Amino acid sequence: MNHLKFCLFFCSVFCSMVSIAADDPYAAKRAAMIKEIEGDVRAGYGYLEKDALDENVIGALGSVPRHEFVPRNMREAAYENRPLPIGHGQTISQPYIVAIMTNLLQVGKSDRVLEIGTGSGYQIAVLATLVDKAYSIEIIEPLGRQAKQRLQRLGYENIELKIADGYYGWPEEAPFDAIMVTAAASHIPPPLIKQLKPGGRMLIPVGSRFMVQELLLVQKSASGEISTRQLLPVAFVPLTGRH
Amino acid sequence: MKLHPPFFSIGLLSAAMLAYEILLMRLFSIIQWHHFAYMIISLALLGFGASGTFVSILQKSLFRHFSSVFLLNVGLFAVSSVVCFLLAQSVPFNPDEILWDSQQPVRLLVIFLLLTLPFFFAANAIAMTLSYFHDRVARIYAFDLFGAGLGSLSVVALLFVAMPLQALAVIGCIGLLATAVAAWELKVTGRNWVFAVLAMSSAGLIMLDMRSELQLSPYKELSQMLRISGTEIAGEYSSPLGLLSVLHSHIIPLRHAPGLSLNASNEPPAQIGVFTDGGGMTAITRETGNSADYAYLDQITSAAPYHLFQPAHVLVLGAGGGSSILQARYHAVPKIDAVELNPQLIQLLRNDYADFTGDLLGNKNIRLYEGEARGFVADASVQYDLIEVALLDSFAASSAGLYALNESYLYTVEALQDMLKKLQPGGYLAITRWIKLPPRDTLKLFATAVDALKNSGVENPEWQLLFLRSWQTGTLLIKNGTVTATETAALKKFATDRSFDIAWYPGIQSGEVNHYNRLAEPYFYQAAAAILSDERADFLDRYKFSLQPATDDRPYFFHFFKWSVLPEIFSLREKGGLPLLEGGYLVLIATLVQALIASVILILLPLFVTSKEKRLSSSVSNSRVVLYFLSIGLAFLFIEIAFIQKFILFLHHPLYAVALVLTAFLIFAGLGSGFSWRLVMRGYYRHAITVSVLGIVVLGLLYMLFIGTLFAQFQSLSITAKIPLTLTMIAPLAFFMGMPFPLALAKLGDIAPNLIPWAWGVNGCASVVSAVLATILAIAVGFNAVIVLALSLYGLAWLSFPEQQAD
Repeated sequence: MNHLKFCLFFCSVFCSMVSIAADDPYAAKRAAMIKEIEGDVRAGYGYLEKDALDENVIGALGSVPRHEFVPRNMREAAYENRPLPIGHGQTISQPYIVAIMTNLLQVGKSDRVLEIGTGSGYQIAVLATLVDKAYSIEIIEPLGRQAKQRLQRLGYENIELKIADGYYGWPEEAPFDAIMVTAAASHIPPPLIKQLKPGGRMLIPVGSRFMVQELLLVQKSASGEISTRQLLPVAFVPLTGRH
Repeated sequence: MKLHPPFFSIGLLSAAMLAYEILLMRLFSIIQWHHFAYMIISLALLGFGASGTFVSILQKSLFRHFSSVFLLNVGLFAVSSVVCFLLAQSVPFNPDEILWDSQQPVRLLVIFLLLTLPFFFAANAIAMTLSYFHDRVARIYAFDLFGAGLGSLSVVALLFVAMPLQALAVIGCIGLLATAVAAWELKVTGRNWVFAVLAMSSAGLIMLDMRSELQLSPYKELSQMLRISGTEIAGEYSSPLGLLSVLHSHIIPLRHAPGLSLNASNEPPAQIGVFTDGGGMTAITRETGNSADYAYLDQITSAAPYHLFQPAHVLVLGAGGGSSILQARYHAVPKIDAVELNPQLIQLLRNDYADFTGDLLGNKNIRLYEGEARGFVADASVQYDLIEVALLDSFAASSAGLYALNESYLYTVEALQDMLKKLQPGGYLAITRWIKLPPRDTLKLFATAVDALKNSGVENPEWQLLFLRSWQTGTLLIKNGTVTATETAALKKFATDRSFDIAWYPGIQSGEVNHYNRLAEPYFYQAAAAILSDERADFLDRYKFSLQPATDDRPYFFHFFKWSVLPEIFSLREKGGLPLLEGGYLVLIATLVQALIASVILILLPLFVTSKEKRLSSSVSNSRVVLYFLSIGLAFLFIEIAFIQKFILFLHHPLYAVALVLTAFLIFAGLGSGFSWRLVMRGYYRHAITVSVLGIVVLGLLYMLFIGTLFAQFQSLSITAKIPLTLTMIAPLAFFMGMPFPLALAKLGDIAPNLIPWAWGVNGCASVVSAVLATILAIAVGFNAVIVLALSLYGLAWLSFPEQQAD
């Protein structure tokens, strides 16, 4: 049954790629990027605690035109597995990191997702293909305006974006099943923890704009207890040999 | 008309050049990051090597118009010192992209080349002078060293009164002044025209400088903050310790509270951000009059000691914007002492923001001292209940390994021993660091604490240690006595209430760890247990980052890199593995490799370019010349750098120690050089070099062996007494060190004067390599080993002193 599901899924992704390829000159590059990411995830299997990305995550990466989210002069590099500068001192994350972060959030179709730090809008676009409703907050005004126009132009109608201080989250739309915090902060804002549903997940990439040092996964248990899992974005064990 | 050497012009030029070198380091630390600043400036100094090659090849043509060419080079130094920096800072170089983006190395090269130019012009002028007036080499070199000494001291003073860009204009103008003095000394015809052009040039430089602004990398912390609506820089304060930028945020609060518990519900009161060189923000917090507003300071790991006992007297090392003082006040500590290195930060708290902080420092229970932490502890005459080493460096720089090159005397085994001595019985030393993944800082700190306790005669260090962590910060507590069951229980409650994990307490069980902030394995507990067990050596060997405790001889707490892990990390580069690299150390290695390649090319070039009939010399062995000038070039800086480090521990202030020791070395070496001229006049080359090398080796060995005892003896002296003592100790050593270079140059002047520029270039290249190599060696084997190597190199120089070859 799983094989059948996979075949159907593969066919649908393949067909959609073929149809996009006709008018999307970047489709082949996007497919190659996904293949590379899948290879990297297989090699870094200890990290995700499985050896492959979820099928819906692969589908999401395949459907979002990453080249539309980078400055025009960088489009050729859009599908390379690396972060790119997008102006205003911000970056669009490395596709590999976007893939594993999206996977770690484990969102379902009916989940409500909040992102703090819209940036180019690429990450929320990927998440928006997986859920019915996605929310994103950007603090830098010109960046937020650009992202809003871009997402509208590309037809992401299930994304609501506002330009505001993300520290207080989006109380009117809370609680959220998943929160992604890509904006730098000296600590995890307590209001965001409050706006996380019991059983919800919050993911925070920690590090510089170009290099993610670790991924912090904050989990709220059904009883409301908070814990974190600190994950390296790579399969690396700090000790050689046996303990 | 017989020309006289332009002594004063050389002195001024050297002063401007050394000041420029130090200023560039400051400027690039502000617009970029310190480790890249180090690389850029180191390589720019290859301009010295290039000048040797250039003058070697073209010396005859250059000498035909000596005065004009000299004037032109000094003038070009002056103009390019300002213009090249302004051009270089406009190159959009981003170190973080260097492995991704092929354009970045090209941009870096452009910056190198631009900054090499000023040094190239200045070094050309000096190399030409040494060669042209080869019978006066020793005196010229003495002026060169004197000038450099004054330059290093003046720039420190200048940076207190001028903003970095203003200081740049001042240095450019001193360069122009050196040109004017040269026109006067060389009796150039049409001097009035020269003076007029120089006056106009200085006006032009000042105007250009005034219209320019420092262009910080858009990825620096301050640049990022300034993107947010309502933020503005309310003030900037320059000092050699760093450029302080005070940031007001009118719309969105700053909320600086690193390591805040996941269970915390309150945020900090209004804050003002203070950035040093565009990064490492520390916050000045508003006084609200309501103690509950500061409850967030009880929700971070550094609050732990206040839950174990009620300290009556606390010492905060590194006051920053005052958060740790507020934390102690929140916990009702009756007497708080704090130390801060940067006097301008103290002024902000004491004057500019006194109202904002509710006159925090006016509180009679709080005393803030200006000083360096280690020195303050050594000199303290009281015992404290709690000594807290605050977390002031930024997470971003720390986690990216950017501090790998920085010496720190705060986290060495000896430093912790000093602090433990100043604790009351039952008192605690608390040190908070960032948590990095895979774990590094905190584990090295744990190993350092174990060594410090053992060296202090504690048989069972495990009974005196507590270690807890959040996802972001870790706090190590070292007790002057055995931790009691009551204290352990209090720590457990503190940690549980805030979802912090305890990684060590006496009697801890493996089932108690890694609960709230879960890692793939309980690394912190496993490491703590291993470090305390007989398996320590094996564990440190197997761990993929270096956790060997730092000592005063190898004060590199932030160095974690192990070569054995490089292949594994490199293979993971595409899979998010790059952050595992310790950037700072690799930049150091890259700098050395580039300096070596460039040096070899620059040294060999004249040998190939010069036509056969003009072949450099047959009267002296070229290989002896290379060996000699390489040896003394390497050795001079090895000794200078090693002794600067030793004196930092004695004088206790990194900045003043560097300025004083550097100036003393240069000026006394200048005296030595001046003295060697008398010996040269009498033809006593061989005797003079023997005496000087013997003097260096004997004094060097004596200092190396006894400097620790001497320092311990005079530690309690005041700084005003320590300064003359320092000068007295440096004077004889530096005096002898000033002799080998001019002695050999003078000898070359006798037997092969056309080799002088080449020898100058070889020495210049060696100096660049030396500065980088000294750090690499100190990290690997310590500063004492660097001194031993330097003394051996002086021995080698003695053996290879250039002599006339028999036909």
